[in-house]
This record gives sequence, C-alpha cells and structure tokens, in this order.
Amino acid sequence: MHETSAAPAVVHGPPTTFLSKHVFSLDHKVIGLQYYTLALFAVVVGMVLSWLMRIHLGWTNAAIPGLQALSPNGAPGGVMTPEYYLQLMTMHATIMVFFVLTTAPFAAFGNYFLPIQVGAEDMPFPHFNMMSFWTTFTAFLILVTAFFVPDGPPLAGWTSYAPLSAIGKDAGPGQGTGQVIWAAALGVFCIGQLLGSLNFISTVLDMRTKGMTLSRLPVTCWAWFITSCMGLTAFAVLMPATILLILDHVAGTSFFVPSGLVLNDQLVPHSGGSTLLWQHLFWFFGHPEVYIAIIPGMGIVTHVLITNMRRPMLSMKAILYSMWALAFLSYMVYGHHMFVSGMNPFSSLVFSFPTLMITIPSTVVVLIWIGSLYGSKLRINTASLFALGFISMFVSGGVSGFFLAQPSIDIMLHATYFVVGHFHMVMGVAAMFGIFSGTYFWFPKMTGHMMNETIGRIHFWLTFIGTYCIFMPFHYLGWAGNVRRYAAFTDDFLKPLIPVHQFITIAALFTGAVQLLFLYNLIHSRFRGPAAPANPWEGTSLEWIMPSPPPWNNFGGKDPVVYHDADQYGVKTASGADYIMQNSPEQALATSEGD
Amino acid sequence: MGKLLAVTIIIIAIASAVPFILHTWEPPADISTHGGLIDEQMSDTMIEAGVSFLAAQILLGIFIWQFSKKPSDTGKVKTFPGGAKGLVIAAIVLVGVEVLALGAFGSKAWAAVYFTPPAPDAMPVQVQAGQFAFYFRYPGPDGKFGPIHPEMINEGNQNLFGLDPANDVESRDDIVTAEMAIPVNKEVHLLMHAKDVSHSFYVPALRIHQDFVPGLDLSVHFTATKVGQYEIVCSQLCGLGHYNMRAYLKVLSQQDFDDWLKKQQAAQ
Repeated sequence: MHETSAAPAVVHGPPTTFLSKHVFSLDHKVIGLQYYTLALFAVVVGMVLSWLMRIHLGWTNAAIPGLQALSPNGAPGGVMTPEYYLQLMTMHATIMVFFVLTTAPFAAFGNYFLPIQVGAEDMPFPHFNMMSFWTTFTAFLILVTAFFVPDGPPLAGWTSYAPLSAIGKDAGPGQGTGQVIWAAALGVFCIGQLLGSLNFISTVLDMRTKGMTLSRLPVTCWAWFITSCMGLTAFAVLMPATILLILDHVAGTSFFVPSGLVLNDQLVPHSGGSTLLWQHLFWFFGHPEVYIAIIPGMGIVTHVLITNMRRPMLSMKAILYSMWALAFLSYMVYGHHMFVSGMNPFSSLVFSFPTLMITIPSTVVVLIWIGSLYGSKLRINTASLFALGFISMFVSGGVSGFFLAQPSIDIMLHATYFVVGHFHMVMGVAAMFGIFSGTYFWFPKMTGHMMNETIGRIHFWLTFIGTYCIFMPFHYLGWAGNVRRYAAFTDDFLKPLIPVHQFITIAALFTGAVQLLFLYNLIHSRFRGPAAPANPWEGTSLEWIMPSPPPWNNFGGKDPVVYHDADQYGVKTASGADYIMQNSPEQALATSEGD
Repeated sequence: MGKLLAVTIIIIAIASAVPFILHTWEPPADISTHGGLIDEQMSDTMIEAGVSFLAAQILLGIFIWQFSKKPSDTGKVKTFPGGAKGLVIAAIVLVGVEVLALGAFGSKAWAAVYFTPPAPDAMPVQVQAGQFAFYFRYPGPDGKFGPIHPEMINEGNQNLFGLDPANDVESRDDIVTAEMAIPVNKEVHLLMHAKDVSHSFYVPALRIHQDFVPGLDLSVHFTATKVGQYEIVCSQLCGLGHYNMRAYLKVLSQQDFDDWLKKQQAAQ
C-alpha cells in the first residue's frame, strides 16, 4: 500500500472543562497517561502482593504486620493461611498480566505515541478510546473488590483451571463470589481491549499523514499494530470463556464440569462438561497474550536503541517479519501449556514443533539487535541501559524455553519453578524493562521535564542485578523439582531448598524497595525536573517535532508531511547533523557507513 | 558506564551458568527404566541452551564494551560483517537445525512414556486424587477393580472409592491404601481417577508426571528399578491443601511387596 489516506481535518475540538481535559478526555495523550497511571498503581499493588508471598515462602510462620487488618480470616494474627497465599498469588498474577503488562507497553505508550508517530491529530474513534480506558479502569475496580468480599479473592491462579474454578465455593475459599468477580473483571477488561485494538488498527490504516507510507512507519507503530491484531483475536476468545465460567457458577450450566465429581462427600450437581475445554480456550488466548505483553516492548527497545546507537538496525525488515512471525506462530503453540494435561499425547508432539520453531524469529530479532550494536555510536543513558538490559533478560528468559518446548523434558519441569522463572524473566522483567526504557525515553516529551539521570542509572543498576538475583535461582529450584503454587515447602525433597527461597525473598524485597527511586524520580521530575527541549535525544520520528509537552491537537492544526522513514541515523547532512527527521525534506549527502 | 554494563552482563551470565555446570541443584536420581532417555534429553538441551545463552550474553557484552560512544569518537558508523543476511541465515539454519534435532530426539523419550502400551502382565494399581490426598486401590486376587460409585464416596465412613461390595462382586477383594507400594523391576500400570478437581501425579525420581482430569480416566505405566521410598506430590493447583498433598511410593522387593499387600488386605 503506497498511497496514504488524508487525515480528517479535525477529529475533536479542544477540551473546555476540567472534566473533559483531565477525566473524560477524548485526547489520546491524556488517555495514554491515564492508562500509564493505572498501570503504575497496579504494579505497586502487584509488587506488594509479591512481597507478601515471598515473605511467607521464606518464613512460613512469620506474622506479617498489618496483614490481619487486611484479612482477619486470611491471616489470623498476621500469619498467612495457605489459602490466603494462593489468593494473593492469584491476584498478583492477574493484576500484573492484565493491568501492568498488557496495559503499560500497549495501551499507555501506544495510545500516547501511535497517533503522533503516524502524524495524526488523534485516533479516529476518540469516544471509543475514552470508553476503552474507563472500561479497563472499571475492570480493575471490579477485580479489586474481590479482596473485600467475605471469602476473599479466588485461589485458582490467574489460569483458573476448571473444575476448581467452576464448581463454586465448596472447592475452597474465594471460589464462590471471588471467582465470579474475577471472571467478570476479566470479561470487562476484554471489552476495553477490543475497543482499544479497533482504534489502534484504524489509526495505522487510515490516519497516516501525507508521505507516511506503511514502509516509513516507525517500528513502534508496527509493534502496536501487530499487538492490536493479536488482541482482537485473543481477547475475543477469553471473553466468552469468562462468560461460560460465570454461567457455570450462576446459571447451573456445566460447560467445564463433567459428571461424577464428589466434593465434601456430596455429588457435585453438574454433568456433561469438559475439564480440558477451559484449558484450550484459556491458552488459545493465553499464549498470544504473552506476546501481546512483549511485542510492544520489543518495538520500544528497537526504537530507543536506534536513536541511541545513531544508526538503523541492520535490517528493519527482518525485525518486522520476525514480529509478524511471532504473532502468527503464537496461536499454534498454546498446547505447550498442556503437554501433560491429559490431552492426546500425540497433540503434545504436534504443539512442540511450532513451539521450538518460534525460537527462530526470536533469535533473528536478538541477533539483529546485537549485530546492530557492532560499529555503532552507542550512547549510554538510562533509556538505553534499560533497552540493553531488555536484550539480556529476553535472552535469559527465552533460553529456558528450549527446555519447556519439549514434552519429554516438560515431564520433569512442568508446574515447577523452572516455568515460573522462565515467564518472569522473558515476560515480567523484560516487559518491565521495556516500560522503563520507554518511560525514561518519552518522559521529557510527555511532561516537558527531564528525569534525573543519576537516579535513573542507580535505578537501572540495582534493578538489573536485583531481578537476576530473584529470578535466576527460580530455574535452579525448578531443575530440582520444586513444584510451583505451593504455600509452604513441607515435602522431604523440598525442605533443603528453603534457604534458596529465603535468598530470593531478600533479593525481592531489596529490588522492590529500589523501585521507590523510580517513583520518586517520576513524581519529582514531573514538577521540578529541568525543562525538556523538543528533541532531547536527537530522534527522527514525529514525536520529536512537537513541543514538550505537545499541544492538545499535536501538530497545531497543520498535518506534518513525511519524506523519510524513521531510520535516518548515521547519515551525512549539509547541516552536520548525523540524522534527518522524518518530516525534513533534506536528503542525506551519503550514509556515513565505514565500509 | 558502557564498559561497566558489559562486564556486569558477562559476569552475571557466567555466574548464572555455574550452578548448572556444577550440578549444584539436580533432580533426584532416576529410578525408572525410561528415565535415561529423558535425562539424556535434558543434558543435551542444557549444553545447547547453555552455549547459546553464554554466546549471546558474551557477544552482547563485548559489543557494548567496544562500541559505547566515547566523547572523542567522531568516526563513522560501521556495519557488522555480512550485515543482516548472515545473521538471519545463522538464526534460521543453526537454530532451526538445533531445535528440529531436539524435537526429533525428544520424541523418542516422549514415545517411551506415552506411545508404548503397558505390558500385558503389568501390575494394575489405581490412584484416586481428591482434595487433598492420594488413595490407592489394588484389584485383589480376582485381578479386577470393582466399579466406582461416586454417589457412595464417603470419607467419613472410609468408603474412599465409593465401592459397593454388597452388589459388586469385583469390589469385595479390592484393597484400598493410603500409600502406594510396588515391586521393584516390575511394570506397573497406573490407572488414574480424579474425584473432584484437577490434580497431578508427579514423582520426580520416577520421571513420571501426569495430570488427573475429572471426567477422563487416564493411565501411565512405568517400571521402578531401585528399592526405596519416594514422594508422590500433587503439582496441579487443587485448593488450599495443594502444598501438602502427598503420598509415599514404596518400591519393595517382590517378597516385601507381597508381605505388604497381605498386611493391607488384612486391614480392609
């Protein structure tokens, strides 16, 4: 597609009231910041939950101050019960996966920068966009109420396998009301995601400014576009799954519950359903979901690195094709979560092949990143530190996938801490590093202030070392057979591993405390940071042509005209600059490649 | 600071690999006939994964060290020799061959567990998983398991399998136990039944791991090669007692097993 469509003259007028400016805003930038704030609040909650879990795992009988106030039943005298451990674990994972990892890299940064980077004044459906945020926010509120119902939140994990999740409160504390609240929150979350994805896709296809052909789009736009396409198809499966789960609770259906089950010496009043059906539906969503969580981060890291290396990637095409391949393959691999689930073992072998194959596009991206560092003029700042840290984390987390992709090895490693280490590194920490990199990179543009670089670097160093200290040992534990989702380690073969858990807990608490530096830097810089120029990093893409922060209509009513892709770095220009901005008609004199 | 990052990445990578190289934390020793294939697959993968991991991290570190910009550096940007093409081909060919090989060889280990049927003379044992215990059933002298009547399951009066000996002849000699014993070097055909929610049967030493699926009666088969006591642990989240859901597997000499079974029968 070569021709660009003309953007509509005005998508919406300027905000006039306090509410329309700061609360129910149609402005994609405000919506992006609202998503970011939601994700920030959610990550604090999710992190505190993880501290509580880790303290309990290291010191099972410890009385945690204040915990009894939060839940007298869950933590009498401050000592966490096993069920409360599982309930906190379920909420930790649900909050982190949905309200942090899906929200920040995609909804927050994407909403803010996608329209700007394509040269548009806003997204084509600003009301849908506003609704998508408030729907997501509502989903968060619904989820959080689960903490406060009498039996507490569900304990079935964020994966919520049936029949445990479907047969109601007799299966365990939180499995009645808490589980229904959980499913409802997720169903509402799906609606927000679908609305958001519609806007993202139509922005890329229909709102590009003059000269912004698809081939000139910055890599971040492609990452958000690919993620939106995945979001439409993945969340469209999760939503009905959550509805069916709710129906099993409240309407007497048995989608996920077969006959003949006995709980507390009573026959469970369900029949005709399939236990494995939930797993198929959930993981058909769940595996693309983890790529939804990481692909925007890959886009952000690529974008930050190009700017800080002062050269384009060796092949942007290779990176883009690889991201598409990851997205496509992600739908074919989901059964690797089910190797020993009881599905046909032949299916397990079938799923393992695309799972192993998906290593290839991941490797292409990593090798292109590393190969592009060669001969570059790498600038070290907090944003580039986190981008480089992302590469290291993604390699570490990805390599454990070699093991988990094979059903025969999964016999030993399934449901152990090896899996927990794998996904925390490759999805949790790597995506967080992508979020941090994007924050340090784009904060000047969004707020008009620079962040404190010294505090930023300390934040990076302590977080980089800290997260390795937390999550690398998870692999050792899993290798030794340490089963996951245990509230305590009472088995003979697990007791000797408790000191490793204690080490991890201390690392986790330390690394968590370090994030206060980031929080301080964010808040202090927002109000007191030095004024930011329009283009502090000498970037080429359209966000850097506007003032910091941008006006409500982005380009002041005048659509920019684009002459180049966003890769014009390391070029020789008449002005002596080593880069050409996308909207500059200037042509490079020659590339300043060495050979 | 680029040099510091480079050194840190390389140190962290090597430090991470050390416990694997030194075998500091290992799975329990294999006591099965099929486990050797799994262990071989694990160590082959460890070598390939380990080499890839170290190579990538060290290369990342070296390039960060070499190409972090010094203020005096005004030279031109250089291209990686061979450009993207070599790297993409390396990724597709090297990684492609590596993973295809892993997949192909790993299929053998998987097939040994799942695609070979149990021997006709394998000893049948049934295991039922329910919140939060495993119970076992032996068929008794008639070699047949009586049917399970879920509506008759009553832990209160110890009818754990919902048996109806009054009406079902096969149930009369069934032996129900709280621990599992098997004779060494004899194939066992384990029939799995879920009472309430999903559970899993995981015995690391036996290299066996299989979920219980409510509504589906699955089975696995294996042969234990070493006398001893091992833990069967639940690995599929099943509720608040999940962490504590454990039974003991005793692998005994044939004589000791026969004695054990007689004792259990007498206690029914």
